[in-house]
Amino acid sequence: MHEDSNFQNFKAIIRCEDPNANLYTFVGSLELEEQQYPLTPQQLLLRDSKLRNTDCIYGAVIFTGRDTKVFQNSTGPPSKRSKVERRMDKIIYFLFGILVLMSFIGSIFFGIATREDLQDGKMKRWYLRPDDTTAYYDPKRAAVAAVLHFLTALMLYGYLIPISLYVSIEIVKILQSIFINQDLHMYYEETDKPARARTSNLNEELGQVDTILSDKTGTLTCNSMEFIKCSIAGTSYGRGVTEVERAMARRKGSPLEEEVTEEQEDKASIKGFNFEDERIMNGSWVNEPHADVIQKFLRLLAICHTALPEVDEENGKISYEAESPDEAAFVIAARELGFEFYERTQTSISVHELDPVTGTKVERSYSLLNVLEFSSSRKRMSVIVRSEEGTLLLLSKGADSVMFERLAENGREFEEQTKEHINEYADAGLRTLILAYRELDEKEYKQFNEEFTEAKNSVSADREELAEEIAEKIEKNLILLGATAVEDKLQNGVPECIDKLAQAGIKLWVLTGDKMETAINIGFACSLLRQGMRQVIISSETPESKTLEKSEDKSAAAAALKASVLHQLIRGKELLDSSNESLGPLALIIDGKSLTYALEDDVKDLFLELAIGCASVICCRSSPKQKALVTRLVKTKTSSTTLAIGDGANDVGMLQEADIGVGISGVEGMQAVMSSDIAIAQFRFLERLLLVHGHWCYRRISSMICYFFYKNIAFGFTLFFFEAYASFSGQPVYNDWFLSLYNVFFTSLPVIALGVFDQDVSARFCLKFPLLYQEGVQNILFSWTRILGWALNGVANAAIIFFFCIHAMKQQAFRKGGEVIGLEILGTTMYTCVVWVVNCQMALSVTYFTYIQHLFIWGGITFWYIFLLAYGAMDPYISTTAYKVFIEACAPAPSFWLITLLVLMSSLLPYFTYSAIQMRFFPLHHQMIQWFRSDGQTDDPEFCQMVRQRSLRPTTVGYTARFEASSRDLKAKLEDSL
Amino acid sequence: MKGRRSSSDSSSSSKTKKPQYSKFTQQELSACKPILTPGYVIGIFIIVGVIFIPVGIISLFASENVVEIVDRYDEGCIPPNYSDDMLAYIQNSDTNKTCTRSLKATKLMKSPVYIYYQLDNFYQNHRRYVKSRNDKQLWSKKHEDDTKNCAPEATSNGLSIVPCGLIAWSLFNDSYGFSIKNKMVKVSKKNIAWESDKKNKFGSDVYPKNFQNGVLIGGGKLNSSIPLSKQEDLIVWMRTAALPTFRKLYGRIESDIQANDSVTVIIENNYNTYSFGGKKKLVLSTTTWIGGKNDFLGIAYITVGGLCLFLAISFILVYVVMPR
Repeated sequence: MHEDSNFQNFKAIIRCEDPNANLYTFVGSLELEEQQYPLTPQQLLLRDSKLRNTDCIYGAVIFTGRDTKVFQNSTGPPSKRSKVERRMDKIIYFLFGILVLMSFIGSIFFGIATREDLQDGKMKRWYLRPDDTTAYYDPKRAAVAAVLHFLTALMLYGYLIPISLYVSIEIVKILQSIFINQDLHMYYEETDKPARARTSNLNEELGQVDTILSDKTGTLTCNSMEFIKCSIAGTSYGRGVTEVERAMARRKGSPLEEEVTEEQEDKASIKGFNFEDERIMNGSWVNEPHADVIQKFLRLLAICHTALPEVDEENGKISYEAESPDEAAFVIAARELGFEFYERTQTSISVHELDPVTGTKVERSYSLLNVLEFSSSRKRMSVIVRSEEGTLLLLSKGADSVMFERLAENGREFEEQTKEHINEYADAGLRTLILAYRELDEKEYKQFNEEFTEAKNSVSADREELAEEIAEKIEKNLILLGATAVEDKLQNGVPECIDKLAQAGIKLWVLTGDKMETAINIGFACSLLRQGMRQVIISSETPESKTLEKSEDKSAAAAALKASVLHQLIRGKELLDSSNESLGPLALIIDGKSLTYALEDDVKDLFLELAIGCASVICCRSSPKQKALVTRLVKTKTSSTTLAIGDGANDVGMLQEADIGVGISGVEGMQAVMSSDIAIAQFRFLERLLLVHGHWCYRRISSMICYFFYKNIAFGFTLFFFEAYASFSGQPVYNDWFLSLYNVFFTSLPVIALGVFDQDVSARFCLKFPLLYQEGVQNILFSWTRILGWALNGVANAAIIFFFCIHAMKQQAFRKGGEVIGLEILGTTMYTCVVWVVNCQMALSVTYFTYIQHLFIWGGITFWYIFLLAYGAMDPYISTTAYKVFIEACAPAPSFWLITLLVLMSSLLPYFTYSAIQMRFFPLHHQMIQWFRSDGQTDDPEFCQMVRQRSLRPTTVGYTARFEASSRDLKAKLEDSL
Repeated sequence: MKGRRSSSDSSSSSKTKKPQYSKFTQQELSACKPILTPGYVIGIFIIVGVIFIPVGIISLFASENVVEIVDRYDEGCIPPNYSDDMLAYIQNSDTNKTCTRSLKATKLMKSPVYIYYQLDNFYQNHRRYVKSRNDKQLWSKKHEDDTKNCAPEATSNGLSIVPCGLIAWSLFNDSYGFSIKNKMVKVSKKNIAWESDKKNKFGSDVYPKNFQNGVLIGGGKLNSSIPLSKQEDLIVWMRTAALPTFRKLYGRIESDIQANDSVTVIIENNYNTYSFGGKKKLVLSTTTWIGGKNDFLGIAYITVGGLCLFLAISFILVYVVMPR
């Protein structure tokens, strides 16, 4: 069937499961000519899969469109609003309530006054002609008049509701996003990618993140493996330094290590290979004590794999295509150490080898007899080859947990040293594999081959198990060669970033599709896990659960599995409850299958409680849907802000579900970026994004909103107070244009400047004192007390402005010429006071004065006077009551200026005193840092320590914690020995 | 060669997405970062206190220098037989409204002595009242018939009222005559209104028409041969007051009133404040640079200044007792 036309008469029936979201399972069968062929996930291509190294395939479409598994895993694009904004809505409702209340009170008084104007035909306030009036003032229908007045009042006091706030916030947020996009510290030279805020909605949310849910591959790691160390015949080779070790070294302040790192930078030229040891490189291994073992070790690396070589036709260089990057790393390592694998056919593997005797390169070809593939339950792979000399070799590599038990009695020569090395490697965050071999005799192989082939060709459902069983029989009595250590290369600066985030009190959960071992390794690599942490591992990959799954009764099996997960969760919870400090923090590691049950409604609360109590949480083998579900669980149940970060299409659901989705614009396509809110090029930029931009934006937006409410309340209440003196008739004290321009000209620009430029402390200090970030997480700057405080300040200011003005400008003459004040003079004076007070209040609360702030604040006040002059000079038809009010009436009167000064100072006094007292006695975190800055103590370690000690919870993850824990252990040991 | 290189450099740099460095975009603008250190706080408190207290004392002193005579006459000018029904008295056009009051100057009042009438509980700032005027009509003869917003005092017998509206209609019409030691004192009523009103708001070619012709007579009448720009009483009245208790300038006495002089005032008590329970007062007052008599500004300045000094001292004490 190699012609398209042959398929014309191809008839088969596929039976399969209903569309579902499970990416890793598929159940179906193909009925061809009355024969059943099983269909498994291996036969299924997921949507968006790409063909590589294959020209074409023939297939049938099983699910389309929305029914595809990938689509079932996707969730609709959410509309996200920040918590601050949602709270802002509540304040608007609250203000609207006040507005209605004020209008209502006004209407009642107005109604009563209006009704009393005409009683028994007698006019009380005759100058209003209550006998001949419109419905608005009709005493006979006072109720109607009151209702109409209510509407008038709603319009009049409408200045309480800061409508321009929404517009201003939009402007501010867009400018903030520009700052994020323009930040040079978040620009990644290698891929030429700056940070990109794709939505400006969530800037301030960046300052409130409590939990980060991170993908692993491509996010924490760069998805490339580097062969970095190996242990051969009980000797450890390789001088490479891992990212973790580097970070630890930096923490300890060892200068020697620094130099090594610098050297490293220069020569990391070969991708996947970071090995350096003159003892075995460049063929000098021949002189090592166990040269024969080294030779076998390297040969095994070159042969035992499933990679394909690709020869570059131009320069003859060979690159490799491998199923997993660590396999590629092995082959590359073998090549670099003198065993170049260059050709693979169906039956043979060809290698250029260094001959230890002659010291020349020779071509050797091994005929490939069997490949015993890797599977997650076997945790090893082997090949059986026949060398040119005719010896049969079984070459095997696998996890230490399965390999050591398979060693022959005479193969354990180096076991102790190797084990020691493996532990060292693992703690350095490396992924280790054990390499072993054995020679087979013909008879044994023949028997095995027959059985194995038979098992392979059987059609029964347990075909795989059969093959595994047979393979197991032959993979024994192995002889240990050594171990490899591959670094799943973390992205630059990841451990430092995680440490900073941990110090800032942000929790990091890792959600990955990887195997548990890999995930744990990475946990170690980025200091999320460390020796001495108690691990709570919840897994359904146990042998018992395997047997459960095989049983016929699926629902019973599921129930049993769930019970087992529940049991493990409860045990974990008990451990958590009983834990005390000395035992060290807990780490929760859970796999995808268990997660399915843990996320069910009746269990998820328990799961969440346990997870929150743990210092680190790692979910492995999780599907995109589960990532999203975990995110939702954290988001809704703890009502804390979640940030998801990922780079691949499988993270899309999580990014959309989280309060903030951050996409890594890496190599895995654009899908994550397209559905993210903010895209950055490297995980480490997250530190600056959150601690600097997030903190600033949160601070700016929350101060801006508070201030906005303050200024509108201050303005609105002066109007209301005046109404009380105008029998609530709805006459505004200010000229119409003053009213309209208040929010636009005289007070808006300083607020926007505050929202865009204000900084409590500089970026350097934001990063130096990560704990500052907790201000956002605990929402200190936008708490209800703070909002209410500002609102009260507004009311108090309004009262001071109004009552001081009317008492200073009572009925008496207000200047030498004997003139008395009219409505327009009172209005102008009050308005002048309002402009001064709100602008100076702004100047008081701003902590960062650039020329822009100066321009806007003082410019706003100056502009008011200019406007007054210009408007007053216009024709009286246009300027009405404001005609010449300033130059003729106000400016020449000393009392006008005295009142302005008095009102200004007395209005600022409460806030000024409050902040002086707070600064002195109850400083917030940023204020303490401001103290230090102004005293020049920021470089004094003692003070930095003091700030840190005010930490709200001790950090439990990150290399700082790791360093502290290890130094604690050391101290304890020292004390013991003494 | 050199030029070419630089041009290729710039083209390559424009291709990259690397943000351009500027202090603005990197948020590194130079800025002053004031924080409220104890020094600043105490300094500011002391400065404010030191400035405010003298200012307050000077203001208070200026206010104390004002000599002011206030005489409430609305009740006193009602004949005893009408004291039960003051409304009937004021609304009856046949009753004799003349009333004589005697005021005593306690101190020397230097000219000019300003004469005010003070009304109480009179809502000139009522929305209906404030709006009930037509500025176009007041200013130009062309717009004589423009009586928009003036209802119900817009027309009388189908003819437009000039000046229309409730404000003009309710013009205050009590009048005062002064004599000291039986000698008539001249009251100047010139230049009691704002210059801008006379020049730019009330037309010199607009004459009162059909004013107070209706069934219901409000307040004072106007001489229809004098243009509005010269009717200063009307102009003063039409600058609506801000608060329900207000004074308005009536005129000036341009001679000194000696201490202990007795001033006899003959009042034409025409204006009806009785129906809404408002008081009427006659006020004679001198002025200083701060205006009329009002101690509030001075006291407030002294209080705020004192408070600041008090806070300054408390802060100093706190720092002495427990330094940071």
